[in-house]
Amino acid sequence: MRRWVACLLLVLGMASAAQAQQVVADLSQSRISITTSFAGSHILVFGAVREDRDAPQEPFDIIVTVSGPVERTLVRKKERVAGIWVNTRSATISAAPTFYKVSSTSTLHHILSEEADERYSITIPRAIRAVGLADDAPTGEPFTKALVRIREKDGTYTVDEGGVTMIGDVLFRADIELPSNIVEGNYFARIFVMRDGEVLASFTDLLGVQKVGLERWIYALAQEQAAIYGLLSLAIAIAAGWAASAVFTYLRKS
Amino acid sequence: MQIYLPIAEVSVNAFYLLGLGGIVGILSGLFGVGGGFLLTPLLFFIGIPPAVAVATGANQIVASSYSGVLAHLRRKTVDLRMGVVLQVGGVIGAALGILLFNLLKSLGQVDLLITLSYVVFLGIVGGLMFVESLVALRRSRKQGAAQRPLHRRQRNWVHTWPFKMRFRTSGLYISVIPPILVGMMVGVLAAIMGVGGGFIMVPAMIYILGMPTKVVVGTSLFQIILVAAFTTMLHAITNHTVDLPLALLLLVGGVFGAQIGSQLGTRLKAEQLRVLLAALVLLVCGKLALDLLLEPSELYSVAVSA
Repeated sequence: MRRWVACLLLVLGMASAAQAQQVVADLSQSRISITTSFAGSHILVFGAVREDRDAPQEPFDIIVTVSGPVERTLVRKKERVAGIWVNTRSATISAAPTFYKVSSTSTLHHILSEEADERYSITIPRAIRAVGLADDAPTGEPFTKALVRIREKDGTYTVDEGGVTMIGDVLFRADIELPSNIVEGNYFARIFVMRDGEVLASFTDLLGVQKVGLERWIYALAQEQAAIYGLLSLAIAIAAGWAASAVFTYLRKS
Repeated sequence: MQIYLPIAEVSVNAFYLLGLGGIVGILSGLFGVGGGFLLTPLLFFIGIPPAVAVATGANQIVASSYSGVLAHLRRKTVDLRMGVVLQVGGVIGAALGILLFNLLKSLGQVDLLITLSYVVFLGIVGGLMFVESLVALRRSRKQGAAQRPLHRRQRNWVHTWPFKMRFRTSGLYISVIPPILVGMMVGVLAAIMGVGGGFIMVPAMIYILGMPTKVVVGTSLFQIILVAAFTTMLHAITNHTVDLPLALLLLVGGVFGAQIGSQLGTRLKAEQLRVLLAALVLLVCGKLALDLLLEPSELYSVAVSA
């Protein structure tokens, strides 16, 4: 909250410099730590739009996107073969974000033109296509749609039209919920100022998501010292098995 | 209480996991099965990625089997000599199974192979056992207290092979080749299906080797320990998919469950135990078969490719 206030003062202070539209924004936190008790997180994207004083004051809209690390993703399709359902066809999407959220002040197709979407890859299908549907684009269409459908269902892709609220004429805020199944990596928050379907100004901010403490230690050990990690797992298993047996023997005797 | 699992990369309720481990542990102690055939699908169900579920399941099976074996050792219902012979076969089989698994993986359709082999083996094993033990149960009920001496199992091919060895605890004097072959077969299946293989081992010991049911459970658990430990190490080293906190929660529930299970086991008749295990095996088989036969609500699935 203190950072928000600081940013606000900064923006108001700069209000004299004459330029076209400018957007300044920040996140309530620039790092998210995944601890043992991590059960999702909440970040606030906030900022202000400054317009040229001489220009006529026209209304504008805001779109906020938050995207997670991209991954090469395989989508498979099941078909009935000889009475049973088996995976028959598949398509590789060369890079799909593991998390993607679009929030806006209003309905997206009213405030975002086809061209601007293509250029800035704002909507979910564009965000996937931007990085490229590799193999066969025409037949790949149902596969990308399926990917979006599956990820919307599990909450990793979301569209929140009306999720950005304006405070007064220049300030805006968007609340972003990060689910507990997010992956580690760099997340990018992008803010677009829209008018008549066109992007007037944009701003990008980085959000780092990282495992810390015990989570970090276990993960690193499993990756880097796999044999030791495996033996440790077995030792714990044997010790627990023995302990339970000993406790039960003791309980029966007493 | 939510807990974030570092390898599975999901947050789940810790009490779910304790309960799940407990249920599987009870089955393990009761029937001498590792419970992997039940645990792995249940972990999928609560949202653990399949690769992590299979690897961590193997680790949890080590714990519950070890706890179960100690309980059986106290009652002297483990045939250690038979167990070691089976393990020799099991490790050879597991190594062969991993080669086969990788070959099939390169040809694609490995998921289908796993499900199909589950359905086929669970169906055959469960069906045969169910019929046999029902018949046995009815017969013992009819005879009642008359206690007709159980007819000795017919001498089958198992008794005619060379390299005979005396298995005192089981009261058998048979060739070592059949147990090694049984161990190998189970090892191959265990590697392909990602389970300890107890549900196949137990009936094989009863019907092929002719071991008494009371000894079978402890001996099966004994042999599962090594196979599951081998699998755990393999997954830890090659895929880095063993989730320690997940395993810990499962095994705390599991080891206590195993103790309770082996206590329950002493109160049930051998035939009753077999009917119950057969029913359980058929239930899991039916569920998997339905998954193959019914149209899924979502035809597409997403996998992160390397």
